[in-house]
Amino acid sequence: MSDIEEPAAPRRVIGTPSPTPPAVDAHTEPAEPQFDAAPADPVHAKNAERLVAALFVLAFLAGCGFIAAYIGLEVGPVDAVLRSNLALGISLSVVLLALGTGSMIWVRHLTPNIEIEEERHDLNSAPADRAAFQREFAEGAAISQVTKRPLVRRTMLLATAPLALAPLVLLRDMGPLPGTSLRHTVWRKGLRAVTLGGNRPLRPADMTAPGSMITVIPEGYQDDEEALAKAGVILIKFAPGELHIPNNYDSGTLVSTMDWTINSTIVAYSKICTHVGCPVALYEETTHHILCPCHQSTFDAANGANVIFGPAARALPQLPLTLNADGYIVAASDFTQPVGPSYWERG
Amino acid sequence: MSDDAVKIPAGLSGVGGWLDDRFHGARGVRVLMRKVFPDHWSFMLGEIALWSFVILLLTGTWLALFFVPSMNPVVYHGSYVKLDGIRMSEAYQSTLNISFDVRGGLLIRQIHHWAADLFMVAIMAHMLRIFFTGAYRKPREVNWLIGIVLFTLGMLEGLFGYSLPDDQLSGAGLRITEGVAQGVPIVGTYIAYFLFGGPFPGNVIVPRMYIIHVLLIPGLILALVTAHLFIMFHQKHTQMPALGNTEKNVTGQPFWPYFLLKGQAWFFFIFGALAVLATFAQINPVWLYGPYTPLAISSASQPDFYMGILEGSLRMMPAWEINFLGHTISFSVAIPALLPLGIIFTGAALWPFFEQWATGDRSVHNINDRPRNAPARTGLGVAAVAFYGVLWAEGANDVIANALQIPLYTVTWISRVAIFALPIGGYFVTKRICLGLQRKDAELLTHGVEIGIIRQLPSGEFVEDARPLTDEERAVVEAKKVPAALPAPGEDDANGVPAPAARGMMGWARGVANRAFTETIEVGDGHGNGHGHGNGHGNGHGAVADAEHAAVGSGETGETGSHEEH
Amino acid sequence: MGNRVSSKIARRRHPVAGYAAIAGGLVVAGALYSALSVGGASASAPAQADTSIANGRTLFVQSCSSCHGLAAQGTSQAPSLIGAGGAAVDFQMSTGRMPAKELGAEQPRKPVEFTPQEIHDIANYIASLGGGPPIPGPSDVSTEGADTALGSELFSTNCAQCHGFAGAGGALTYGKNAPPLTASTPTQIYEAMLTGPEAMPAFGDGVITPQEKRDIIAYITATRNEPNPGGLSLGRTGTVTEGLLAWLGGLGFLVLIAMWLTARRKDHARPESAPESELSHHE
Repeated sequence: MSDIEEPAAPRRVIGTPSPTPPAVDAHTEPAEPQFDAAPADPVHAKNAERLVAALFVLAFLAGCGFIAAYIGLEVGPVDAVLRSNLALGISLSVVLLALGTGSMIWVRHLTPNIEIEEERHDLNSAPADRAAFQREFAEGAAISQVTKRPLVRRTMLLATAPLALAPLVLLRDMGPLPGTSLRHTVWRKGLRAVTLGGNRPLRPADMTAPGSMITVIPEGYQDDEEALAKAGVILIKFAPGELHIPNNYDSGTLVSTMDWTINSTIVAYSKICTHVGCPVALYEETTHHILCPCHQSTFDAANGANVIFGPAARALPQLPLTLNADGYIVAASDFTQPVGPSYWERG
Repeated sequence: MSDDAVKIPAGLSGVGGWLDDRFHGARGVRVLMRKVFPDHWSFMLGEIALWSFVILLLTGTWLALFFVPSMNPVVYHGSYVKLDGIRMSEAYQSTLNISFDVRGGLLIRQIHHWAADLFMVAIMAHMLRIFFTGAYRKPREVNWLIGIVLFTLGMLEGLFGYSLPDDQLSGAGLRITEGVAQGVPIVGTYIAYFLFGGPFPGNVIVPRMYIIHVLLIPGLILALVTAHLFIMFHQKHTQMPALGNTEKNVTGQPFWPYFLLKGQAWFFFIFGALAVLATFAQINPVWLYGPYTPLAISSASQPDFYMGILEGSLRMMPAWEINFLGHTISFSVAIPALLPLGIIFTGAALWPFFEQWATGDRSVHNINDRPRNAPARTGLGVAAVAFYGVLWAEGANDVIANALQIPLYTVTWISRVAIFALPIGGYFVTKRICLGLQRKDAELLTHGVEIGIIRQLPSGEFVEDARPLTDEERAVVEAKKVPAALPAPGEDDANGVPAPAARGMMGWARGVANRAFTETIEVGDGHGNGHGHGNGHGNGHGAVADAEHAAVGSGETGETGSHEEH
Repeated sequence: MGNRVSSKIARRRHPVAGYAAIAGGLVVAGALYSALSVGGASASAPAQADTSIANGRTLFVQSCSSCHGLAAQGTSQAPSLIGAGGAAVDFQMSTGRMPAKELGAEQPRKPVEFTPQEIHDIANYIASLGGGPPIPGPSDVSTEGADTALGSELFSTNCAQCHGFAGAGGALTYGKNAPPLTASTPTQIYEAMLTGPEAMPAFGDGVITPQEKRDIIAYITATRNEPNPGGLSLGRTGTVTEGLLAWLGGLGFLVLIAMWLTARRKDHARPESAPESELSHHE
C-alpha cells in the first residue's frame, strides 16, 4: 500500500535513454529482424521511388493550387461559383489521388513482399477459467445478498420503474394533442378563394377554356403554412355536360355532389392526396384524371375524384363552392370530411 | 541484416518511454504491429464505409459552422438572384449561403452528400460480401447484428441530413413521413403531432432533426463502429480459402507498416473519389428545387437511393383501407411502411441463427465460403437482393417510364408481378448455377484445367490438353465444407426411434431446410477417371512459382503418354 | 334664227381634261377611303389579312383537313378547331407537333414542316372561324423586368408536377409525357400555358395573368440557361441518377482500386513464415 513504488529516479537529461526496464519475459524478447528490408530489385525500386516522389510533389503543387484558388476566386454569381468549385475541386482531387497513388505504389513496389502467419487461438476460455468465473460470480452474488433478500431486490426494481418511465413522460410536451384539428381546415362559408402566388380572387369568367385548372388557397392565409398544408384546393373547369359528380356519402355525411359546383362546370377538390399527403397536382385535361406524382394515385375529376389507380383508398374531398354577392368564387362551407391521409380517429 | 534496421530517433523513443511508463503499452502495441490483415479486395468494402464516415464527420463539422437549423421565415436577398425576394426558411437560406456565398461551400456540401451516398453504398456492398461468404457465422454473429443496426442508423441519418435544407424535394419526403406516421393505428396522430410539434409542417422539425443528425446518431454510429472494429480485431478477420489458410491461422501482411500504408492509400483514394464526384457531378441542387411549400410538388420526386425501397413499396401497393370498429386502418400505407423493410431486417438479423438451426453447424468458421459452395444461402441472398431491387426500382417508376417510354401504370404492374416472381425465380436459378459451378469444380479436380492446346488423335477425335491443378488452385477448390445432413423427418434410427430433432412441425421444417442446405455436388477425391487429358503425372505439383512452366512442361512430356491413360 | 351664241361661251375642252377628272376622282376616293379606314399601319392589313386567311385555308385543306375536317369541324381522328384560336395553331405547328405523323398517346415535338408565314396564315384562318386566343406579340412574351422569384413560385405550384422542378420533363399516364422545356421559345411557352395543348390544362389569363405568365417564362429561361455550378447536371431529374452514379461510378471505381491494391505482387511472397508469434495470445 506504499505510495512510493520505486526510489526517486536519478535526474535524467532529455534525450538519454531511460534506465533498463525490469527483466522481460524471455518469450517476448524481440526477435532478430528476420526480413530483408531491402526490396528485391533495386533498380525497379529506384524507379518506383522516383515515381512516388513525383506524385507527392504533384500533390504538394495541387495543394498550393487549392489554397491559391480559395484566396483568388470569388463566389456569388452562379458562373463564379462554378469556376471556384471546379478549381477547388480539381486541385483537391489531384492532391488526394496523387497521395493515394503514391502511397499505393510505395507499398506495392518499395516494400519487400512479405507474408506472415498469425495463430488463431480458441476464443472460448479454458474450462478452468470458466469455472473460476462462475464460482466468483456466484460468490459475489451471494455476498451482495441480492439472491437471498427478495424484498430488497423487488423494491429496488419498483423504485427504478418510474425513473425508467420518466424519459417517456418528459416527451409529452413535444407537441399538442391532435384533438379534432385534423377534421377541419380553415375554409368556411364566404371565404374567398384566391390564386396561389397572385392572391387574386376569381370569378367564373376567369376560367374561360374547358380544361382550365388552377391552385387556389383561402384568402388571407398565404403565409400560414400549416393552414395551406390542409386547405390547398384545385379548381377545374369542365365543358358543360362533362361533369357527373354523384351524390356520395361517408358515414351518412354528404361528401360530393353536383350542387357544390359552380354552374355545373367548375369544381373544387382538395389538393392534399388522401394517400400520404403530397399535393396531387397533375391534371390531365384530355382524360380528366388527377395524378399524384408521389405514388401515382389517380383520381377521376369528372366523377367526384374517385380513385381509379394507385394506393390512395379514398376520393379527394370536394370543397363546396358558391358565388358571393360580387360574383367571386367562395367556399360554401368547410370540407365535410377530413382532408389528407387517413388516420385512426377518422371514423 | 541488422544494418537495415532503422535507428529510432532519440526524441521518439523518449516519448515512447514516457507513455510506456504510464500505460504499459509495449507488449500490446507490439501485438498490434504484428497483427496480420489478410488481403482480398472484397475485404476493403467495409473500410469504404469507415472512411466515408470519417469524411462525413469532418465535412459535417465544417458545414455546421455555417448552417442555421431554423424554420423562421426570411426573405432572400443573397447571391442567387433568381430567388431574390422569395420567402424561405433560415435553414434554406443558410444552405443557399453555403452554396453561393461561402468559398468552398458548394464543394464541401457536395463532398458531404456524396460521402453519405457512398457510405450507404459501401454498407450494402459490405453486407452482401459478408452474407455471400458466410462471414457472419460463429463467432461473428454479434458483429453482423451490429452491422444491421449501423445500416438502419445510416438510413435514418441520411434521411434527416438531406431534409435539413428544407427544400421542396426533401420537404415532400417529410410530408410523406408525416402522412405515414399519421396512419399508424391508435397512436398515429399523436406521433405525427409530437414529431412536428403540431400540424404539419410546423417550425420545429428542422431543429429537431438537426440535433439528431449532428449529435445523437453520429454518437451512436461512432460507438457501434468502434465496437464493430474492436470485435473484428479481437476475433481476427476471416480469410478466403487458399493454400496455407486454415481455421487456426491468419496469413497476410503485418499491420506495421503494410496495413498502415495500404490504409493510407485507401483513405486517400476514397477521399479522392469523393472529391472527383463533388467536382464534376452536381448533387442535391437545392436552389433548383426551391424552398419547401406544402402545395408544390415535382415529378420525379424520389428520396436518396437508400430510402428508395420505402418509396417503391408505397407506389407498388394497391389501395386497401378498412374500417375497424369505427376506426380507419389504411393498409395502403401500413403494409408498405412495415412489411418489406421488416422482412429484410428481421430476416437478416435472424439469418445466422436460422442457418445454424437448419444445418446444425455450430462450429467456428474463420474461412470464408465461396458462394458456389453454399447454394441455398447464395440463392436466398439473390432472392433477397431481387426483392429489395424490385422495390427499389419501383421507387423510380416515373423516371423509368419517362426514360424508357413505357406507360406509367405498366411499370407498376410489372413490378407487382416481379416482386413475387423474381425472388422465387432468382432463388432457383441461382441455386442451379451454384451447383453447376460446383460440377465444374469437380471436373477441374478430375480432369485438370484446360490449357487451350487442341490435339487430334489418330482416331480423328479432338481433345484439349489440360494441366493438373496447382497446389494453390487445388486448395481453393477443395476448401468446401458441406454441413452435415440432419436426420430426415420421419427417418428412424437403428432402433426404430425417430430422431428427436426431426419430430413435429418444427422438425419437418428443419428437415426441409437442411436438405436445401446440404444439397451439393461431390467435389471428388482427386484421382479422377482420367479421360486422357494429361493429369496425374505428378510433375505439375512442383514449386509454386513454377506452376505455369510445369504446366507447359507436362503438356509436352505428357503428349505421348496421356491419351493412353484411361 | 341665226347662230345664237349662248352666254355660256362654248369653250373647247382641254384634251387631258377627261383624264384629269378621273385622276381627281381617284384621289378624292382614295383620300376618303384612307380617312375612313381603321388605323395607320393596318390600312392595308385587311387586304393582306384576306390573302392570309385565304392562303391559310388553302394550306389547311391541303395538310390538315384529312384529320380535322374540311371546315375544321373535327372528325373521329382529330378535334374541332373552331374556336381554338391562332395561338393554339401557332404552338402546335411551330413546334412541329402538327401535322401529326401518326395517332398516338401524344404528339411529340418534331421538325417543323411549314414556314413561319404559312403557319401564320393557317393560324389566321383558324382564328377567322371563331374566336380563341390570338398569337401573343413580342411584348406579351418579353421577360424584361419579370419577377423570377414569383415565377419560381408559380412554376413549382402549377408546372413542376408534370414538367419537373427544372423543366426536365416527366411521365404522365398511358404513355404520355410532359415534355422537357429546353427547346420551347418564350412565345411557345406562352401559347402552351394559354391554350393547354393535349393533356396540359389551360391557364387562361384570368387564372394566370399575362404578367404572371411572363414571370414563369423568365423563370424557365433563366433556369435552363443557368450553368450547373456543382458539375454535370445528371439530367436535373433528382436523386435517381445520383444514386446510379454513386453505385456505378463511386463503388465501381473504388472496387477497381481495391483490386489493384490487393493484387498479387509480381515478386511473389516468400513462403517463409515468422516463428510462432508468442505475442498473439496476449490480446
